[in-house]
Amino acid sequence: MKAVTANRLTDGRVVYLTADRRWTADIAGAAALEGEAADAALEAGLRDVLTVVGPYLIDIEGGAPAGAKRVREAIRLTGPTTGSTKVKTKESA
Amino acid sequence: MYRYDEIDEALVRERVAEFREQVTARLSGELTEDQFKPLRLQNGVYLQLHAYMLRVAIPYGVLSSDQLRLLAHIARHYDRGYGHFTTRQNIQYNWPALTDIPEILDQLADVEMHAIQTSGNCIRNTTTDPYAGAHADEIADPRPWCELIRQWSTFHPEFSFLPRKFKIAVTGSPEDRAAIGVHDIGIRLVRSEAGEIGFEVHAGGGQGRTPRVAAKLADFVSQRDLLAYLTAILRVYNLAGRRDNLYKARIKILVEAMGAEAFIAAVDEEFARLKRDGALAVPSEEAQRIAAHFPAPAALEGTPPARRDLPYRRWLARNVKPHKVAGRRIVVISLKPYGGTPGDATAEQMELVADLAERHGLSEIRVTKEQNLVLPHADAGALGDIFDALEAAGLATANAGLASDIVACPGLDYCNLANARSIPVAQAISTAIQRAGLEEEAGELTIKISGCINACGHHHVANIGLLGVDKRGEETYQITLGGIADGAAAVGKILGPSLPADQAVAAVVDVVAAYLDQRRSGESFIDTLTRAGLEPFKEAVYAQ
Repeated sequence: MKAVTANRLTDGRVVYLTADRRWTADIAGAAALEGEAADAALEAGLRDVLTVVGPYLIDIEGGAPAGAKRVREAIRLTGPTTGSTKVKTKESA
Repeated sequence: MYRYDEIDEALVRERVAEFREQVTARLSGELTEDQFKPLRLQNGVYLQLHAYMLRVAIPYGVLSSDQLRLLAHIARHYDRGYGHFTTRQNIQYNWPALTDIPEILDQLADVEMHAIQTSGNCIRNTTTDPYAGAHADEIADPRPWCELIRQWSTFHPEFSFLPRKFKIAVTGSPEDRAAIGVHDIGIRLVRSEAGEIGFEVHAGGGQGRTPRVAAKLADFVSQRDLLAYLTAILRVYNLAGRRDNLYKARIKILVEAMGAEAFIAAVDEEFARLKRDGALAVPSEEAQRIAAHFPAPAALEGTPPARRDLPYRRWLARNVKPHKVAGRRIVVISLKPYGGTPGDATAEQMELVADLAERHGLSEIRVTKEQNLVLPHADAGALGDIFDALEAAGLATANAGLASDIVACPGLDYCNLANARSIPVAQAISTAIQRAGLEEEAGELTIKISGCINACGHHHVANIGLLGVDKRGEETYQITLGGIADGAAAVGKILGPSLPADQAVAAVVDVVAAYLDQRRSGESFIDTLTRAGLEPFKEAVYAQ
């Protein structure tokens, strides 16, 4: 399955396209699509130039990033893995 | 330190106002992302994995206490409470909102700072020896010449759209601490037989996917001719450098393609023309005006307090260096706590360092290409107080120059270009080396990690280098041995097949242990490697 992801224009945060063409930071809310439906969703994302930057398709499985880029996409989803006390979590920021 | 004049002030303020308008135009749709991207990059704004990243220029790595406090303020109010000091002696913020960046730049301008030319195919921040103006071995202070280059290269109309980015490093000491051999242009201050101070100039060095050591172009360029000579190099490169292939656009590729001799001939021809023209001659009064901003610090009477506690004594021996002026010392503040993120400092840590510099070190701080901070003019008599304050803030790790003083790029935890993570590997290596208890015995040894072939972590020129490689979706690390950044620069050689992260960490410890097994009296890591070759190290890593 595929989902559309991008970075939000105003602050760069990672977002995913929902089934009703909104953007969410929660991958669980991302529309999981295949084939032409995925391409159509990407086209819709690419048109939303005032909300996001650089939409593209990623592989997902069970609501989590999958495929060859799963490490990169997992880091985009959950934040840096550095575990440093100097890094506040997304929730606490 | 150099202080802005009204021209500098006006340039920066105008640029901030212009960028504020550009951000507004992007948010309203007046500018498309394709139109906006080159504009934001020219103001140091990248879009990384999770957020925008703002790279702020720290000219030749020199900061005042007030500037560092402002950097702390930005970290606290516009980021997540920390900043990341880079191998180009700059600072990066990983989490600023685009909508806040014009305000951040406005505040930076209040303390004579900006993000201009921290990205793009232009002349980037000139780097230098972090001990400039302080170390006893110095022929002359390189900072005034870095400042001259900064003024000449800022918004230079001819060199704002080069084939590729362009990096210059300057050292004022015979012992190179600026890695001049792996820069597009490397400059060494030298004294002629007649006693005149001038410049030995190298060009065509660099890292990335095609690491090369620079060729020496000139033994001696006079002070008067420095800008004409640099212009000649840039002009030859700008005209003849490749623009058809991103990976072959750096000056190192041109120097290699032309051959050093032909490149030097082309530079000399242009240099002769520029000299005849005379417009770029550096007036001695202007050089003196700039140099007056960098006075030698006054001598003091204090000496380092004698204390019995081992942590202080270790720190004094490892992180405190001699100063050319009596009663002062150079203090290296390690941003490499065991298991920590190389180069990160919290807002509170930055404020502490700013305060210490103000109280005990003429309000001056340096950023090093090793991602540490330096108090270049610390009062020797206050070293006990400085240590106590640093230790309480987690900034007194006594590992400057040791194996755990690891350089690492942001890697796949932040960077859009990376193939693999760097920071967690650096954290694991420093922890493993501490646990193994090897670093004191090993002595000075450099470990550097890059998350991709762009080599921002300078792995090519590490004694032990690690390059992150994506193998069918798995992060693996290629190990190189024998690189040297400073002095007789050298590119490391690949040890063997790349390894998963946990094995790579163990391999680094094995390499250090093999060095200690093989080492003869007085040998450095490079000495042992040169004598024994790669085989004992291959055996140590791959035999199991």
